[in-house]
Amino acid sequence: MAQQIIFYILAVIISVFSIMAVTSKRLIRSATYLLFVLLGTAGLYLLLGYHYLFAVQVAVYAGGIMVLYIFAILLTQKPGERITPEPLRQRALAIVLSSVGIVFCGYIIFNNITKVYTLVAQDELNTKHIGMTLMGTEKFQYLLPFEVISILLLACIVGAIMIARKRS
Amino acid sequence: MGDLFTNFFSGIIPMEAYIAVSLVMFFSGIYGFISRKSLLMILISIELILNSIDINFAVFNRYLYPEQMEGFFFALFTIAISACETAVAIAIVINIYRNLNNVEVDSLNQLKE
Repeated sequence: MAQQIIFYILAVIISVFSIMAVTSKRLIRSATYLLFVLLGTAGLYLLLGYHYLFAVQVAVYAGGIMVLYIFAILLTQKPGERITPEPLRQRALAIVLSSVGIVFCGYIIFNNITKVYTLVAQDELNTKHIGMTLMGTEKFQYLLPFEVISILLLACIVGAIMIARKRS
Repeated sequence: MGDLFTNFFSGIIPMEAYIAVSLVMFFSGIYGFISRKSLLMILISIELILNSIDINFAVFNRYLYPEQMEGFFFALFTIAISACETAVAIAIVINIYRNLNNVEVDSLNQLKE
């Protein structure tokens, strides 16, 4: 009962703020709405029982990426400045395209998905088990993607510094 | 569709309710990606799209294959990759701002100075 009420509150928060995030006229407000959406998503992970994913979402998305966005907005925008509105034709095209997409996908989902799911009760995912799976080399274990991600992060740090540094 | 309302406050949360939330998030991201002109707004839209995909991975894993962890790890790796993508993209945005003094897409017709 409590779970259902929390889920529907989170769903309303996520839907409203994700629409507000892409329609707001000020960038800093869009970033704030995006932060609410990301925190709501973290709440959904908590409802699903993925506590580790919840922690990662809050730490990486809501903590790390949002700080990057705020810095970038403050570096490239004058405070309080409004964005000049986009031409109506472009907005109408976007509204038509996304409405068609949402109706199409929604039709497919609501006509097909009720046949497949059963929610099996499951106790919380053990963090030790997650760690062993991330570090193992057997089937269904993830050491190689983990190493590839670490190399990707290194390349991304070097690339970001190379791109953003001042040229003399 | 009927289950969505009969199960509204009792029983388990239906899977399509989660999918509907991620659907709204995905297509608001698509809307922002097409309609906005500021590079930072486009990045925010991409972030919304990636986030909705993460929800889908976690939900499909939890509902359809609760004894396995593939969707969980895909969501985890997607979060890491989107962090990389944001860092590089914001470095590019700052570089563009330094060269052109704004970050509108229209004024970008060459990347090399």
